[in-house]
Amino acid sequence: MGREHWSRKLFLICNYIFLTGLSLTMLLPFLNVIAQSFSGSAAIDRGDVMFWPVDFTLNYYRYVFDDASIWRAFGVTVYITVVGTAINLIATSSLAYPLSRGEYVGRKFIMLFVLMTMIFTAPLIPQFILMREINLINTLWALMIPTAISAFNMIVLRSFFMQIPTELIDSARIDGCGELRILWRLMLPLSKPALATVGIFYSVTNWNKYMDALYYLNDRSLYPLQVKLRELLINDDLVDTGNLPFDVASQSVQGVQMAVILVATVPIILLYPFMQRYFIKGMLIGSIKS
Amino acid sequence: MWKYRTLYLISIPGIVYFLVFKYVPLLGSVIAFQNYNLFAGFGGSPWVGFEHFERMFSHYDFLRILKNTLLLGAYDILFAFTAPIVLALLLNEVRLTLYKKLIQTIVYAPHFLSWVIISGIFVGMLSPSSGIANVILGWFGIDPIYFLGEDSYIRAILVGSGLWRDVGWGTIIYLAALTGINPELYEASEIDGAGRWKQTLKITLPALLPVITVLFLLKIGDFMDYGFERVFVFQNPLNIQNSEILDTYIYKAGLKQLQYSYATAIGLFKSVVGLILLVMANSLSRKATGESLY
Repeated sequence: MGREHWSRKLFLICNYIFLTGLSLTMLLPFLNVIAQSFSGSAAIDRGDVMFWPVDFTLNYYRYVFDDASIWRAFGVTVYITVVGTAINLIATSSLAYPLSRGEYVGRKFIMLFVLMTMIFTAPLIPQFILMREINLINTLWALMIPTAISAFNMIVLRSFFMQIPTELIDSARIDGCGELRILWRLMLPLSKPALATVGIFYSVTNWNKYMDALYYLNDRSLYPLQVKLRELLINDDLVDTGNLPFDVASQSVQGVQMAVILVATVPIILLYPFMQRYFIKGMLIGSIKS
Repeated sequence: MWKYRTLYLISIPGIVYFLVFKYVPLLGSVIAFQNYNLFAGFGGSPWVGFEHFERMFSHYDFLRILKNTLLLGAYDILFAFTAPIVLALLLNEVRLTLYKKLIQTIVYAPHFLSWVIISGIFVGMLSPSSGIANVILGWFGIDPIYFLGEDSYIRAILVGSGLWRDVGWGTIIYLAALTGINPELYEASEIDGAGRWKQTLKITLPALLPVITVLFLLKIGDFMDYGFERVFVFQNPLNIQNSEILDTYIYKAGLKQLQYSYATAIGLFKSVVGLILLVMANSLSRKATGESLY
């Protein structure tokens, strides 16, 4: 470093300052949300709360945890995340595995058939009509079945399967294993990192589901957390007339809103360090192949 | 084939899934040419040709909404597409591994938040009375601005929040491509007296070009799909003039006002324009750089 040109040094210093600043713009909004969720409403209204709670209070969290409808929405989200991701993984691997095998005649055609759906997507209304025809409207299945397989994740998983040496499959077959046994006892255990990668992508999608619920659910008792959160973020009285943000009306609800934001975010943040080990690898394989 | 019947058997549910949930609705788009009635169905609804498309183009609102969609798509390419390339290049200059890892961990994180949460955070920060943005403006004696209540700010907010969420995530693939560059190239150019800036122009960027091209083509293919959620969660009656895009309009016209055929016609128009853009960009790119998607 010592012998480098001064312009290089200047660049490096600016670069470190810029990157640190960028990270702060990612972090500080969270600190602001956390601080507000623990601050007295008068302090929030005055604009006194920056990154540290003022007039510390747990009132908003008390309100959130006392609200049965928030608990129910939380339960729905956990349910579609757990059950939905299980469906995702079973459906995706049961298509990705056969397509990863050279013995599957016509796999190129099926791959094309799948890839085409990434380019041609059907408009919303025909999708909605289909959901009506098969009676999925107003059921939680509407949030899980139509998104059972993502073409991108299927390609990721297939690429992982293809990396496993075929000699392993051959020797298992000589030992008398059937195809199902090979998949269940050999391929899936060997692909745990791949399943984890794809599972993470799916569970984040399932946890964040909002649009599908808006399209396919009318029954409020089925609303997942994101829809409930959205309702709390806009003024309740104005829900039916439009989407006025809460600013227009009273400010005292802001603390509650920040508390709910955190309740919906914390599970993802807790998973994040674990997730990070996998998602980069998954991103790469997916993008290289597509 | 009979020997591997189990393989075929377990692939059937997946194939059926794509047929039913992706191809059937695609065929169902024919209702754009009908006056579709839920009770009469595809068979019983009368055919009307291009009536819905004509109505679409003659509608004053439609042109405004199309303009919003195209503008946001253009801003997205200008900022959201280029920013990750720049950020990846900057991250690549960092030699302190621990610092680099820490920065990466932080900038990837917002990608995992839902748009609802992101809108919540931004609406909070931009609030006229208590939002941190206006508190800071207040230090400089500037009166509070109701950012989300005016048409003039909404595009910047949409593009900005998108950048905030995805700029870090977008760097992953470029950083991977950067590690694939042969270090000998840099050593050789150093002997020739090339500085870091020259190296970036002559070695790094050309090495990234194939990845940039492919991602650019994919982005062009998505040009009209700015995304329903990210816009919908920021919309309110005060900023709707500039924030209504085709996707949000389709939802309102189709599912709220039950104009099924009209909304499908708009959706079909959107898909066709997207496809034409993709095909054009692909052939242009093949001629210019030799890189193409297909």
